[in-house]
Amino acid sequence: MRIPEPRGPISGTLLDVLAGAPAGPAEALAGLRELTLNRLAETADIIGDDDAQLALFCLYELHYSGLDGVTDAWEWDAGLIQVRQALEKPFEAALRAAAGDAAGELDLPAAADLTSDAVADVLFSLAGRDTGPSVSRYVARKASLDQLKELLIHKSVYQLKEADPHTWAIPRLSGRAKAALVEIQADEYGGGRPDRMHSALFARTMRGLGMDDSYGAYIDTVPAVSLAAVNLMSLCGLNRRLRGAIIGHLAIYEMTSSQPNRFYGNGFRRHGFDAGVTHYFDEHVEADAVHEQIAGRDLAGGLVEAEPELLDDVLFGATAVMAIDIRLSAHLLESWENGRSSLRAAMPVAA
Amino acid sequence: MDQDPPESSIVVCPDGPLIVRGDFEIVTPSGEPVPRERKTVALCRCGASAIKPYCDGTHKMIKFRTDPRG
Repeated sequence: MRIPEPRGPISGTLLDVLAGAPAGPAEALAGLRELTLNRLAETADIIGDDDAQLALFCLYELHYSGLDGVTDAWEWDAGLIQVRQALEKPFEAALRAAAGDAAGELDLPAAADLTSDAVADVLFSLAGRDTGPSVSRYVARKASLDQLKELLIHKSVYQLKEADPHTWAIPRLSGRAKAALVEIQADEYGGGRPDRMHSALFARTMRGLGMDDSYGAYIDTVPAVSLAAVNLMSLCGLNRRLRGAIIGHLAIYEMTSSQPNRFYGNGFRRHGFDAGVTHYFDEHVEADAVHEQIAGRDLAGGLVEAEPELLDDVLFGATAVMAIDIRLSAHLLESWENGRSSLRAAMPVAA
Repeated sequence: MDQDPPESSIVVCPDGPLIVRGDFEIVTPSGEPVPRERKTVALCRCGASAIKPYCDGTHKMIKFRTDPRG
């Protein structure tokens, strides 16, 4: 990914450090960690903090596509991992608080009755809750062409690497849950056909609107909460102790996807876009109706049957994604209904 | 004697679709193949899907129930 514009002292100092080699002066990293801890102590809302979310996003990106001009040797640098942990700790605490608010009163079966069907029931009932005004309905009925482009920009932060954060969990599972995750991921990755990978279908949609489909092309325009949505996945995907959470995240993601994708597709059809552009959304209507069953019962249910103590983390992942989604939806709708852009900076013109 | 599991299976999802996995064909009554994009499919059984024979999740909106409940 290309190097983004810094958004404050943490991301600015981090990008300066990454421009050098890991063998550089140890004081630079120690200073960065100190600065990070001091800044975060003053941050009331880390989920909405542009500087913190961008810094964490860049640190995670070292494990994915990397950052242009930054040596891969940084990926497992112990000092840099410490900086990441300084960001992860308060981020996870904020996510747990937000997830608790989103969960409210949960009707859970007794521990002895935690079958895979019961776990799927709990997740389906969470996913079926009315979580307020819907971005997908707005897109279907009212969104302007520029608002469709904004939607794609927010979604592109994840969708251009769709499925990757959950793939980290595969070697951490076994048996039924592992087979279920591999089955879902194989479908996400196109079943062996690169042009049918969901990330490739999303790129095609972006190109259909004349947009730049390279990863991170619009990174400077998205607000903190859009980065936080992807940082949540990387946090849970890259930390083995949170394997229950990344599974709960995937289950809710699949369970809340079929209908919104139909509405998104309708919004693009309303503007005259053809099946090439809407294929991404149409594909998800069908795919996610399959995935939600496998994710609820075999993946999340199978994991909790094998490791009952992970139920709380499965529910954390499930409700954390709901909390972030509610917040992002509120931001999009509030911006659009007041005639404002939901982006923090103007959209660059595609190359 | 151990028996190999069958080549294909149909999972009967509570309040939801039929998940069909394995080696099978989906055809029209005259034997024409129904377009299919994935190995494992979910077949509609509530009758309300807009993409029949496949499931699109509409069973959740119409509160489709597979078991009579009090």
